[in-house]
Amino acid sequence: MSAAAGGLSMQVQRSRPAVLHALLLLVRRSLRQHAFSSLVTAFSVALGSGLVMAVFSIQKQARDAFTGGDVGFDGVVGARGSQLQLVLNAVYHLETSPGNIPWSIYDDLRRRPYVELAVPYALGDNYRGFRVVGTTEELFTKFEYQFGRKYTIQPGGVVFDPSLQEAVIGDFVARQTGLRVGHAFSPYHGLAFDEHEQHHEEYRVVGVLAPTNTPADRVIWIPIEGVFRLGGHVLRGTGEEYHPLAGEEIADEHKELSAVMLKLTSPKFGMQLDKEINKLGKTATFAWPIANSMAELFNKLGWVNRVLELVAYLVIVVAAASILASIYNTINERRREFAILRALGARRRMVFSAIVLEAAAIAGIGSLFGYVLYAVVLMAAAVVVRNQVGVVLDFTQIHPMLLATPLIMVSLGALAGVVPAVKAYATDVADNLTPHT
Amino acid sequence: MAALEIQDLRKSFVDPAGRPALVVDIPQFAIDTGEQVGLAGTSGSGKTTLLHLIAGILQADSGRIRVAGLDMTGVAGLVRDRIRAQHIGYIFQTFNLLQGYTALENVELGMMFGRGLDSAYARRLLDRVGLGDRLHYRPRQLSVGQQQRVAVARALANHPDLVLADEPTGNLDARHSLRALELIQEICRETGAALLLVSHDQAVLSAFQRVEDLQTRNCAAASGQPAQEAAAPPHATASTGGS
Repeated sequence: MSAAAGGLSMQVQRSRPAVLHALLLLVRRSLRQHAFSSLVTAFSVALGSGLVMAVFSIQKQARDAFTGGDVGFDGVVGARGSQLQLVLNAVYHLETSPGNIPWSIYDDLRRRPYVELAVPYALGDNYRGFRVVGTTEELFTKFEYQFGRKYTIQPGGVVFDPSLQEAVIGDFVARQTGLRVGHAFSPYHGLAFDEHEQHHEEYRVVGVLAPTNTPADRVIWIPIEGVFRLGGHVLRGTGEEYHPLAGEEIADEHKELSAVMLKLTSPKFGMQLDKEINKLGKTATFAWPIANSMAELFNKLGWVNRVLELVAYLVIVVAAASILASIYNTINERRREFAILRALGARRRMVFSAIVLEAAAIAGIGSLFGYVLYAVVLMAAAVVVRNQVGVVLDFTQIHPMLLATPLIMVSLGALAGVVPAVKAYATDVADNLTPHT
Repeated sequence: MAALEIQDLRKSFVDPAGRPALVVDIPQFAIDTGEQVGLAGTSGSGKTTLLHLIAGILQADSGRIRVAGLDMTGVAGLVRDRIRAQHIGYIFQTFNLLQGYTALENVELGMMFGRGLDSAYARRLLDRVGLGDRLHYRPRQLSVGQQQRVAVARALANHPDLVLADEPTGNLDARHSLRALELIQEICRETGAALLLVSHDQAVLSAFQRVEDLQTRNCAAASGQPAQEAAAPPHATASTGGS
């Protein structure tokens, strides 16, 4: 560097044209000059990309949560009918019960050597919409709802006494109904809440389960005997109606169950039972493996997902179109600027690139906002699913679309920028150098 | 090597009536390295068209233009862009500063498309034209005289061999215009750039040792073309042209 005193006569060999530097400066400045329309456009991009990411992610996570998770049991035996209905009813505590099976099936199954655990469920009542499920205390003493994890009773509570009118309630039930240890309540008849259908029997809460993040959080557990004795329950079993009297012991042939939950020592016995109950037998259904039934459900709902995906894709296309329109509208007012830049030595393709890059930048910024939108939608979805079903969506999972969507969006944005860029490219320099009046 | 050589340069436009109108017809014209030439041209003499042709913004119909020994005619637009960026500085009558950018950015952008960014030199140029304390002002925040000096600094940003100035003082009052002219001449001398300055102002032209009259140089202007048509800047004849 040889600056002659007061002069400017030195010749320095400088770096190659800082084209990228210039491009970034142009794009940054243009985005700022058109901040409002850029932001509005970026928001529409955010809607599109957020929606696409949410649709794919929720879809995947819901499927995983309902089909991939360990539910503790291998299979469910219930009344002859749909395996899916049986699973929804007995595992997820949704849907109506497909019907009843005699106690003898449970009695038979639990004695088989390969049955590690058999737990009977008897349904038919609710308390303010939460299911009252009759079961045995083995559910709390032996059952592991996930590998190595048993239900635990929150401090101050105990497991119900099978011979008393006592209840253990799920954590969500406790929070929603306000029921605490020591409180008494009367169940309502039926699985759907109807305030005119209240039983006169009272149950006392003796324990609240620690949160499990499973459907069990939404259930009220009572001794199975209690369900048989609740008024309005008609027991057949022997072919005729039967109402137990207070204090009278109920004979096994009158006891009916909604489902028997099974844990087997090995999957091969599942196949054996499948053959025995589903193919050869005619009285019951064996839903096994449980995840298969849910996978079947998701496959059936596949078309809903396709529709949602299509809608999300359309929003993305609309967002790209709005990028095109918003930049296109600025080209006329910027003709003089392009002409000056060209007069300074900028090449046509430089002006072209600046516009394409600006469009891509809007798409990129929008995609960043899209992540925020995605997070909000996903959290909302997780809360809804949790409250409705008790299943927790794991939104720490990274779906590949979380990476692909912004890339697709930026590419689409750049593509949309080509149209105004061509217009800018065609700007005539001499024509636009002098201000038009 | 001459800073500028012109031979048999012709350019015509199509007038609104669809007839071709010859605007520039210069058999021979040259400027030596570092030479300063005042070109007298009234409106209608085709001066802006001539400068646009030299800068490669317009393409000649025929003839030859060489800037610093490099052909501006018969080459692709890309080549003209590069020669313009690296060898020519252009001072417009309306300055044509980029409104959204600071004084410094205006000079730097000129560099980015030319020989490459040299921020220190951009600052030194602005300091040289007396705007060292206005580097980050936008054109709107500067007076007309100051805007003109930004335009001067920008024209010199790429160490041009030739500076073209189109009525650079046309928007200034008499006192400011002579001082601005002095600055342009000095700075071109310091950097070794040749200067071709077009003006219709006799006071401005009298500051040049060599003054040429475009009326006599340009046969198109001298041959009695109607003044309105000959003067017509390209946008008046282009089909999309406005007023």
